[in-house]
Amino acid sequence: MLQPDERLRFEQLVLPHLDAAVNLGRWLLRNRADAEDVVQEAMLRAYRFFGNFRGGDARAWLLQILRNSCYSWLEKNRPLEAMTEFDEETHQRPAPDPESLAVESDERERLTRALEALPVRSREVLVLRELEGCSYKEISEIAGIPMGTVMSTLSRARERLERELRGAAKEVSREL
Amino acid sequence: MSCELSRTTVHGYIDGELDAVRAAEFERHAEGCAECRVSLEQLESLHRRIERSQLYETASMGLRQQLRRDLRGQEPDPSTRRWYVMPVLAAAIITGVFWLAVSLVGTHTHAAQIAAELVDAHIRSLQPGHLTDVESTDQHTVKPWFDGKLDFIPPVGDYSGEGFPLVGGRLDAADGRTVAALVYGRRKHLISLFAWPEKAVSTGFSSSGSSRGYQWLMWHSDDMRFCLVSDISASELEQLRELIHP
Repeated sequence: MLQPDERLRFEQLVLPHLDAAVNLGRWLLRNRADAEDVVQEAMLRAYRFFGNFRGGDARAWLLQILRNSCYSWLEKNRPLEAMTEFDEETHQRPAPDPESLAVESDERERLTRALEALPVRSREVLVLRELEGCSYKEISEIAGIPMGTVMSTLSRARERLERELRGAAKEVSREL
Repeated sequence: MSCELSRTTVHGYIDGELDAVRAAEFERHAEGCAECRVSLEQLESLHRRIERSQLYETASMGLRQQLRRDLRGQEPDPSTRRWYVMPVLAAAIITGVFWLAVSLVGTHTHAAQIAAELVDAHIRSLQPGHLTDVESTDQHTVKPWFDGKLDFIPPVGDYSGEGFPLVGGRLDAADGRTVAALVYGRRKHLISLFAWPEKAVSTGFSSSGSSRGYQWLMWHSDDMRFCLVSDISASELEQLRELIHP
């Protein structure tokens, strides 16, 4: 159990990264409500294991715990998705219903759908880089992959995202 | 595509992950390689598209409140403390610790609120034409510019030698007052240093965190409050703080 001064340290060092945790969780699980549940659980886990935190980058430490919780959640709730490796194309884009196609003319919606269509491990690295602004070193620490793999994963993820965006653009023009 | 660099190295370059030698090598190569130039353009435009779409999602108020309650609930069970031995003393100690905790948390919560305002100010400054009111890499041009515009003089240093060149300065607003903002560069990234006078909050006050993907680092020194905001890593912000206040 943590003493009050430890709780204070936790509130100063770890809690300020709550938004970072929610953002990563939302993109890993592709759903905001699930993400908030997992973040809540991960934050309490981090609090219980705060004694193991050796100082240094608190954001990377928290995100590491969070992404592990997210993958456990995926394994339990969507086992196929969690198994997808970086390159596999097994993850299918959900078939677009007419309503969402109409909304897809919106740029933000289009990017969201394209990003969600990426395999989860590529999506993770891309979100950490483009949205969270992490360095390769931080990404390697959080995602538990070698530095060299970060750049090649990013390269494939961005290429794939471009492809998804081009595909989405075609779908819209076909509809119109 | 046949150029290998246009698929690999270009990412390290655009992300600011190549060291100076390799970055220069790549720039020389890209001058003569159309594929790499196309790649660079595509990556930059993709990055801008993502940035403009504001995909970053933040925690809901409900989750914030729930966590605060949860963390309190995890405190040691008061019945295990032997407070009944000396109830008055124990109560006094508990009250003392409580108020200390409340005031410290208060200081840091307040810091986080100001930091959120400053992150907004930093993001606004990234809009075209809003970055600087005075654009100069010369500290002797930037410093006098603030004269007469503020009731204090912010310290203006140039740290190009250490990889943080001065870009310029501007006026900004935070915590209900006008503050000085200095702009520094770091590779392709920009850093805002906000400064305003404030009597000491607590000695050695320092607080940091992230908001909407930006890192911030706040501290107090010489009756002034300082805050760095940028999308570079926390350790690099620490490095710049060390240069400003060794």
